[in-house]
Amino acid sequence: MTAQWRNITRSLPRLPQWWTPLHTTAAIVIIVLVLGILPVFKMGLVVNGVFLGGIIALGAIGLSLVFGILKFANIAHGDYMITGAYVAFFFIDSFLPLLGIEGQGLGPFTFGYPLLIALPFGAAAGALTAIVLDVLIYRRLRERGANAAVLAMTSLGLAIALRGLVQIIWGVQVLGYPRESRQVFHLPLDVRIPPDSIFVAAVAIMLVVSVYLLLTRTKMGKAMRATADNPDLALVTGINTQRVIWTTWAIGGGLAAIAGVLLAVSQAQLIPFMGWKFLIPLFAAVILGGIGNPYGALVGAFIIGVVSEVSTQWINPSYKPAVAFAIMIVMLLFRPRGLFGGSG
Amino acid sequence: MALLEAADVVAGYGETDILHGVSITVDDGEIVTIIGPNGCGKSTLMKTLAGLVKVRSGAIRFQEEDISGAPPERVVGKGLCYVPQSANIFASLSIRENLEMGAFLRKDDYRGRINDMFDLFPDLAQSPGRQAHTLSGGQRQMLAIARALMLDPSLLLLDEPSAGLSPAMLNLVFERIVDINATGVAMLLVEHNAREALGMSSRGYVLVNGENRLEDSGPELLNNPEISRLYLGGR
Repeated sequence: MTAQWRNITRSLPRLPQWWTPLHTTAAIVIIVLVLGILPVFKMGLVVNGVFLGGIIALGAIGLSLVFGILKFANIAHGDYMITGAYVAFFFIDSFLPLLGIEGQGLGPFTFGYPLLIALPFGAAAGALTAIVLDVLIYRRLRERGANAAVLAMTSLGLAIALRGLVQIIWGVQVLGYPRESRQVFHLPLDVRIPPDSIFVAAVAIMLVVSVYLLLTRTKMGKAMRATADNPDLALVTGINTQRVIWTTWAIGGGLAAIAGVLLAVSQAQLIPFMGWKFLIPLFAAVILGGIGNPYGALVGAFIIGVVSEVSTQWINPSYKPAVAFAIMIVMLLFRPRGLFGGSG
Repeated sequence: MALLEAADVVAGYGETDILHGVSITVDDGEIVTIIGPNGCGKSTLMKTLAGLVKVRSGAIRFQEEDISGAPPERVVGKGLCYVPQSANIFASLSIRENLEMGAFLRKDDYRGRINDMFDLFPDLAQSPGRQAHTLSGGQRQMLAIARALMLDPSLLLLDEPSAGLSPAMLNLVFERIVDINATGVAMLLVEHNAREALGMSSRGYVLVNGENRLEDSGPELLNNPEISRLYLGGR
């Protein structure tokens, strides 16, 4: 079956030389939008799926980068998300009001401008958490030659520990950023867009473009790709792989933290288990795009986002993670290297 | 004065020693070839010199400084660059990016050096944006050598540079090795095409079971009937 499938995919026409992952992303977005116009799907669900995909993408790109460099699945990634989201909450709820910075309902958005100030602090907290845990734990394990299974299990333990820490500090009850109700935008084809989604999309696009530029234009970004590609050669080339690893963690943790804040904004609530639950769409996106391939993760994120939103037209929305899970399993069965191939 | 001096080096993986006290020297500007049967520890020796395999006993001195136990990035920074036998390019990076990574430790402007590499290997200059995994075997080998030359090394370790190349490509790669050597870069070569390699070497070593078996000048080794019978395919 898989051999058959491989023959089919091999016989597909080759993409032209100038084709880059960005073209693939654009093509898929266009296909999705065209499908959305068809009466089969509700356009509104497709659009919501794209917004959800943006949040998944931020988490999945980081997860994929970390996998590419360190070759293990970081199960604590969802909990890096909530760490960032809760630190941002601390700034909005406790710290900034002390400085007299308070406010609600910035422009069309439900949140106030303090969120914009808290967002970079949340991101920094996520990045710092990731780096500190590497220094304290992962680096020691690597030096002892721990394999991928040991590292993944360690990250499972860290996920639980981080979540526990968040629960000790902020409690287990549902929290949320202060918000004001706002009118949703009504567009044709019965599309309703909550204004916050525009913000989510803008932040996601900005960050994805920044990561793309970082990976393709900066020395550190290229060194990250080189290390993911061939770690031994990176060492004998003189690349400082320890610095590469910390940069990767900083980007992965920072993006995860921002994804956490955006998730809390778009769901209008903050729960310690939020990040854990988000792991399934994250991993589904990463596997769909090819493990260790950040561009693939981006495309995978939008596919998972749209498919799981659109599925709510027929099935109960609480099964959304199951849909992502099903896509992941099908992918692993028939094309384990993902749509675009990975490094794993 | 010896540029590189390895004395009684013992090294290996896990519980097993592969090298049981290997000693070699490379002088400034020399080409030195190591030959020997499969599994005699030639590649392990290269990896050990590059800092990828830990030295268990013995010493490696490069430019009078002890580098046994130094991490690979420090060894590279001193001007000892290594081209592995396989997986010696960053396949998913472009040609230009591979060369930029080769210059990772350089703080100065290395664009001139990239152009030098394009002059040395015109094949690479045709489309520098091409991804390295689309290159032919010979072009890959050229890129791997060019990558290692980006730091302006004083010694280049080449592990089987001719592996898997067509005879025409093999001659081209060997010609380039001589050209590069003429610019003052010393070479330590592990080579299966021992006849050709010894022909251009000033000295050669025969390594058997992780130990020195013989050391002599290149021509002498070529004329040695026993070596010829055992490792050079008769004649």
